[in-house]
Amino acid sequence: MSTLTAKQDVRRPQRSILPWLATPALLLFTGFAVVPLVGVFALSFTTWDGIGSIRLTGLTSWRAVLTDPGLPHALWVTFLVMAVSWAVQTPLSILLGTFLAGRQRYRAVLGVVYFVPLMLSSAAIAIAYEALLDPNFGLGAGLKIQALSQDWLGRPGLAFGVVIFVVSWQFVPFHSLIYQGGVQQIPKSLYEAAQLDGAGRVRQFFSITLPQLKYTIITSSTLMVVGSLTFFDLIFVLTEGGPGDATRVLALDMYKRGFQASLMGPASAIAVILVLVGLALALLLRRLGGRDAAASQLEGAS
Amino acid sequence: MTTTLTTTRRPQKVTRPEGPHRSRPAARRRNWLGGLAGWLWLAVVAVPLYWTLITSLKDRSRYYASNPLVPSADPTLDNYRMVVESDFLRYFVNSVVVTAGAVIPAVLVSFMAAYAIVRGWRMRVLRAMNGLFLMGLAIPLQATVIPVYLIIIKLHLYDSLAALILPSIAFAIPLSVLVLANFIRDVPKELFDSMRVDGATEWTTLWRLAAPLTRPALLTVTIFNALTIWNGFLLPLVLTQSPDRRTLPLALWTFQGQYGVNVPAVLAAVVLTTLPVLVLYAFGRRQLLSGLTAGFGR
Repeated sequence: MSTLTAKQDVRRPQRSILPWLATPALLLFTGFAVVPLVGVFALSFTTWDGIGSIRLTGLTSWRAVLTDPGLPHALWVTFLVMAVSWAVQTPLSILLGTFLAGRQRYRAVLGVVYFVPLMLSSAAIAIAYEALLDPNFGLGAGLKIQALSQDWLGRPGLAFGVVIFVVSWQFVPFHSLIYQGGVQQIPKSLYEAAQLDGAGRVRQFFSITLPQLKYTIITSSTLMVVGSLTFFDLIFVLTEGGPGDATRVLALDMYKRGFQASLMGPASAIAVILVLVGLALALLLRRLGGRDAAASQLEGAS
Repeated sequence: MTTTLTTTRRPQKVTRPEGPHRSRPAARRRNWLGGLAGWLWLAVVAVPLYWTLITSLKDRSRYYASNPLVPSADPTLDNYRMVVESDFLRYFVNSVVVTAGAVIPAVLVSFMAAYAIVRGWRMRVLRAMNGLFLMGLAIPLQATVIPVYLIIIKLHLYDSLAALILPSIAFAIPLSVLVLANFIRDVPKELFDSMRVDGATEWTTLWRLAAPLTRPALLTVTIFNALTIWNGFLLPLVLTQSPDRRTLPLALWTFQGQYGVNVPAVLAAVVLTTLPVLVLYAFGRRQLLSGLTAGFGR
């Protein structure tokens, strides 16, 4: 340090404080996110009931989890929730986002109501829907409409559908908001030119709006897909994974094994799987996104 | 497709006589499919909200017999009284303490870290830290609750509000740093240079220059984190136990477990726990919404 030249010495005191500024964030993040991340991996090689002492038991937990038919089922349900909720939400959000990007006054009024679900907690939404869908006292029963007064949460197929519906109800506004921003950034001149070329509304949508939204679609899809791994609150309150295990996604499986069945080892193994799936998906989508970002930059340059 | 359009644009625009701005919206922007979807979705969103609100004002004994979509002729606040008497004021205070206690430090430390990362980008340490925080964005942090639970027990914090605050701060850091760093990067370099010429330290520059210039971003990040933490369910569920440590979402869930058959009361609890956020929404809708999509719009 003392061999530094005079010139560097002048800069040194100013620069050296910077790492210290980042230290509080680093310590907090390390203590309650990085250490737990490593810890969950370590705990998956132990046996622990959540209260007593933790014993190293090697691969016992992993063997228990990997041979349990519950795991492929939970993976499958997680994948289904992810895929179906993506397929339902994406077209709807694009449509609504495009619509909301317009300028008419009444759209602003609609906007006020649209975004209310974003403010509500998943617990509140799930509880309201549980009451609303009740086969005896819910909305359908009250209106005396047979088709609406089914046992929505008591039958596997229906319960799955309800989960998808409520997830969409909660998150479509958010993604519409992202698409609204994306649509507003599309240069107006593209539409003017297309109009002069005689392209109709639908043609314009597929030839301009959709391609221009490519990057937004990837952002929104990443959030949907990675986010769907963490639909814990909503499903837990709405169905508790049931009926049976029809809506038991990985996050729920982890909670139930760990905190209800006191099997923290196997629950940690599931958490590790959850982390790996999340990481793999994020990397996959980022690769898609990265290539597109480069492509759109090239387009802009040319 | 795009390239053909842009090349044909200029000559034609010149020959175009009428004002393009006035004729455009009405003639071309009619999006009937979007309009239809828009109104349908409005109904999908509004009906459950409306039903929740009017049912929460109905008398329990007459609720089953009434038409569910017609508001009660004589609305009652009894359900709300029952909810308030079930200690919801305490849960509200708990939620406020946890949210404020987590959001303020989270935004402060994230801001300092974002500043350091942008200003010290040449230092390998800071680039590595940035990489670490970015990794936090890709990982579902909920998957770490079991070790978090273990750490909280070891710190003798189990069943306290601090147990909720500490992990909430940590989980908020990655996105906050990302968004704030993006905004600090937009501050013109000359301003930093002139601060340095004036002899200001990094600490002064941080608070006197960067903070005022990134105030919208700070507000945005604060809102986003506050909403996430206010609505959080998993951490209170796992890290607390006694009734007087409950935050609103958890209290709502236990209330439902207790009074599930009393639908109007449960819905009154839903409305009541949502009310604070809805009041904020009414006053600062624009800020709230931009806060929600923070960092994703880019």
